[in-house]
Amino acid sequence: MVLMVFVTVFAVNKNHEEVEKNYAFEKQLEEESKQAFLKAYKVFMHPRCVNCHPAGDAPLQGDDSHIHSQNVKRGIDGKGLYALKCSNCHQEKNIPGDNMPPGHDIWQLPPAHMKMVFEGKSPRQLAEHFMDNEFTGFVNWQEDLIHHVEHEPLVLHSWSYGTRPPLSHEEFVESLKEWIEKGAALPD
Amino acid sequence: MLDEVKLKRRSFLKTGAITFGGLVLGFQIPMACSKKQGMNLKDIAYHAPNAFIKIGTDESVTIIANHSELGQGIYTSLCQLIAEELEVDWDKIKVEHAPIDPAYNHTQMGPIQATGSSISALSEWTRMRQVGAAARMMLIDAAAQTWGISPSDCSVEKGVVKGNGKSLTYGQLAEKASELEAPDLESIALKDPKDFKVVGKPIKRLDTKIKTNGEAMFGMDASVPNMLVAVIARPPAFGGKVKSFDANTALAIDGVKHVIEIDRGIAIVADGFWNAKKGRDALKVEWSSGTNGNLDTPKQSLAFAKELQSVGRQAEERGNLKEGFGKASKVFESEFEFPYLAHAPMEPMNCLADVKEDSCDIYIGTQMPTFDMLTASHYAGVAPEKIKVNNHYVGGGFGRKSVLDGHIVSEAVQVSKAVGLPIKVIWTREDDIRGGYYRPKALCKVKAAIDENGNPIAWEHHIVCQSFVRGTALEQMLVHDDIDHLAVEGVVHTPYNLPNFKLLWHETPNEIPCLWMRGVGHSFNAFTVETMIDQLAEAAGEDEYSFRKKLLKDDPRSIETLELAISKSKWGQTLPSGHVLGLAIHSSYGSCVAFVVEVSLENQWPKVHHVTAAIDCGPYINPDAVKAQIEGSAIFGITSAYYGELTLKEGAIEQSNFHNYKMLRMHETPFVDVHIVESDKVMGGVGEPGVPPIAPAIANALYKLTGRRISKLPFDKKDFV
Amino acid sequence: MIEIDVNGKKHNVDATEDTPLLWIVREQLGLTGSKFGCGMAQCGACTMHLEGEAVRSCITPLSRAKGKKIVTIEGLDKSLSEPIQKAWIEKDVPQCGYCQSGQVMSAAVLLRENPKPTDEDIDNAMAGNICRCGTYQRIREAIHIAAKSI
Repeated sequence: MVLMVFVTVFAVNKNHEEVEKNYAFEKQLEEESKQAFLKAYKVFMHPRCVNCHPAGDAPLQGDDSHIHSQNVKRGIDGKGLYALKCSNCHQEKNIPGDNMPPGHDIWQLPPAHMKMVFEGKSPRQLAEHFMDNEFTGFVNWQEDLIHHVEHEPLVLHSWSYGTRPPLSHEEFVESLKEWIEKGAALPD
Repeated sequence: MLDEVKLKRRSFLKTGAITFGGLVLGFQIPMACSKKQGMNLKDIAYHAPNAFIKIGTDESVTIIANHSELGQGIYTSLCQLIAEELEVDWDKIKVEHAPIDPAYNHTQMGPIQATGSSISALSEWTRMRQVGAAARMMLIDAAAQTWGISPSDCSVEKGVVKGNGKSLTYGQLAEKASELEAPDLESIALKDPKDFKVVGKPIKRLDTKIKTNGEAMFGMDASVPNMLVAVIARPPAFGGKVKSFDANTALAIDGVKHVIEIDRGIAIVADGFWNAKKGRDALKVEWSSGTNGNLDTPKQSLAFAKELQSVGRQAEERGNLKEGFGKASKVFESEFEFPYLAHAPMEPMNCLADVKEDSCDIYIGTQMPTFDMLTASHYAGVAPEKIKVNNHYVGGGFGRKSVLDGHIVSEAVQVSKAVGLPIKVIWTREDDIRGGYYRPKALCKVKAAIDENGNPIAWEHHIVCQSFVRGTALEQMLVHDDIDHLAVEGVVHTPYNLPNFKLLWHETPNEIPCLWMRGVGHSFNAFTVETMIDQLAEAAGEDEYSFRKKLLKDDPRSIETLELAISKSKWGQTLPSGHVLGLAIHSSYGSCVAFVVEVSLENQWPKVHHVTAAIDCGPYINPDAVKAQIEGSAIFGITSAYYGELTLKEGAIEQSNFHNYKMLRMHETPFVDVHIVESDKVMGGVGEPGVPPIAPAIANALYKLTGRRISKLPFDKKDFV
Repeated sequence: MIEIDVNGKKHNVDATEDTPLLWIVREQLGLTGSKFGCGMAQCGACTMHLEGEAVRSCITPLSRAKGKKIVTIEGLDKSLSEPIQKAWIEKDVPQCGYCQSGQVMSAAVLLRENPKPTDEDIDNAMAGNICRCGTYQRIREAIHIAAKSI
């Protein structure tokens, strides 16, 4: 009886340790996932990214993310309005020279029906948004998000002019992959 | 009273028809009278003869404008003055830019052809009407002689002379009229202003059509055969010089033809602007930084603060300052900082020079043709009378195209002379913003007090800034008793009743080139005075309007302007939540302007919703032109208050183009509602007087929103957090 | 030689492909209505229509303009230029006038796409054109007037 009790207690203790260990591992994964997102978050909130994901309907400009001087507006399709359409100045390529309009084949804000606002979002809010297909327009958010940041030309273009984001594009993609692989934990 | 504005020099009207089939009428001024001691204008001869008006046998009426059209509407105003007396169909009138001739000299500024200081209308108020009247008299005489009747039996309307049941048009009479003697000035009777049909009316501008279809020719648009384009590499730091350069990298660019060192830098000459600019980008040049290479804004501000501690030079004194402060119940002391500002006219500086063996043609849009001519003469090594200045529409001036040292022309002339071809020098916007000739930086300090009755009792005012007219041809005209009028204007002889008053000027060295910018010294001095007055009003427990009215009671012009602005504004009415009104008034250039601005804070930044303006400029030629100038002045002043700041680092300006030297844009622009005081006082200007009072009006409103007095321009976001 | 179509006319121009359209039109074609103001798409004085859109020709390289339909202030269709010019005259809009070609070209796109613009629409179309003389309020009023006759 005494022995049994002992054994039982031992078994229970062992099981508990396992659980504890698993729990610690998951905790660590979750923490690493969060950290990976926080790393990527610095890129999302960098002017090269956030400037075209503004809270309002006007794009932002420059390293201080000020509202676009020319009062450019999103428009229905995200491509500007009237005499101030994005592509009037932002052409297929960056114009050489400091403070000249950068450019790319596609140059636009997210459209009016899906504004994908980054500006002012906390890491947690942003991570939640990425999981919301209404926010992103993705079908399978995990695969689509990785594909988007890995291959979307406009994302890649952020590393081609002005002050570059704080991570390299590879590091950025790796961070997001890590976030998702480790459980897409929501930052605190 | 109006006709007190007389031609200051002996002059007479003269007809001519040398190469022109028709009547040509202008003033001829004896050479001896075109000289004034100390103006360095000696030994000048001019092209002659020249006219103000040409009436063609084809019924054309051409008016030769001796002031430059910078947007202020002077071409239309000059034509209105002539047309009023000439009795001609308005639609037939065409305008030409005047060449250089003493006949075209300013009547108020001395023997120069110039446009500035908001004084063109006053310059021509009498003269142009005399020209119109003289031409009409001669055309009537011609008709009367043809019909063998007395001129008094003839009548005239819309370019047709009638008499004895017959009629002849001006075109038909032009040839005959040109053979007649011009009337004596004394014999010309001008219309009573109450009979004006054209002057004082909102006649449409003559240049709108060509300014909306691309036809208007600005200096930038001039070209001649075989012309090349030059872009100049100038030293980045003021006072810098070329140490060494390698032309080969520039010459390797397609289209680059020459690389030439001139006194102000290195000219890259190419077949067009783009290649010249690429050549400049490729040019390898080493600069010496010169004496100002260490200059930066924080250091300079310290030097200004130190200068403020110096004794200074007294510009004005009334009463006894010490006694005044002795009676004070409350004393206030504030310092105000103002930065260098660039005029930034939309048309960057440019000049086309064609230096030939014994002559030189200049194509430019300029406010100062006489100095441009003298410069061209000097650098081309050609006599002044062989210089032809072809003036153009000026794509914005604001003072920047009224240069005292001829630097714009000098570059083009030097390069053209060296290359032996016509050369157009084009400045980029970066060249303009970084190239100097700014509104000077200033530091001001006011110590003021009110007595126990709330009346100002003492006012000590210090102004620290440079004098850009030192060493120029205009020093004698503008610096008196060692006080530069442009530094102290707007404070000196203030219409405010400020007993026990002392004004001191502390002159700083001319470290970087400065120039008059729209509003000149008033542009900062009005801010200091008007925000300080608001502060005193508050301390006195009075509202800003009645406090000002009390202090301005001896100046009817100010009172009427103030009352009109208030009555047309929402003063005393309930405003939308978060909105406040601010008030300022200032007299300059012979006029008085008051603004009431409606302001709120949006996204921690001032939003000006509405501006009510009143101006007393005395008699006006075109009320709509007056309104346009006040509207534009308000925008000009708000731009400076919001964004205007140039900073120095290592002797060079840090800003470069409109992305970091911003201009107000459509969506930031309030509606400016302008009202004119109907006035028979002396004529004042309208181009500049609207600039000085706008920024203090906004600052006074902002105080009501933030509880903080603004003592530095431009506004700082930190002031609104 | 590069062929461009300006105001319905084909021109062969001799320039490198990076040359901005503005300088080709001004210096080689002699159409000086489009102005140089900033060289970096800040001021709008150089605005032309490229396939109908209000591009800033000071930063539009020849390579982009090649084979496209370009319209300058001199060639703006009468259906737009006439009502706009009439309204500009009615309100006495221009002062120095240097920016006005660009203002007209921007207003033309606005009115073509939105014949009854509100004040906000005008802000959203015209804030890319700087006027140092400050004629904005008259431009606004003139656009409303032009809208009535388009």
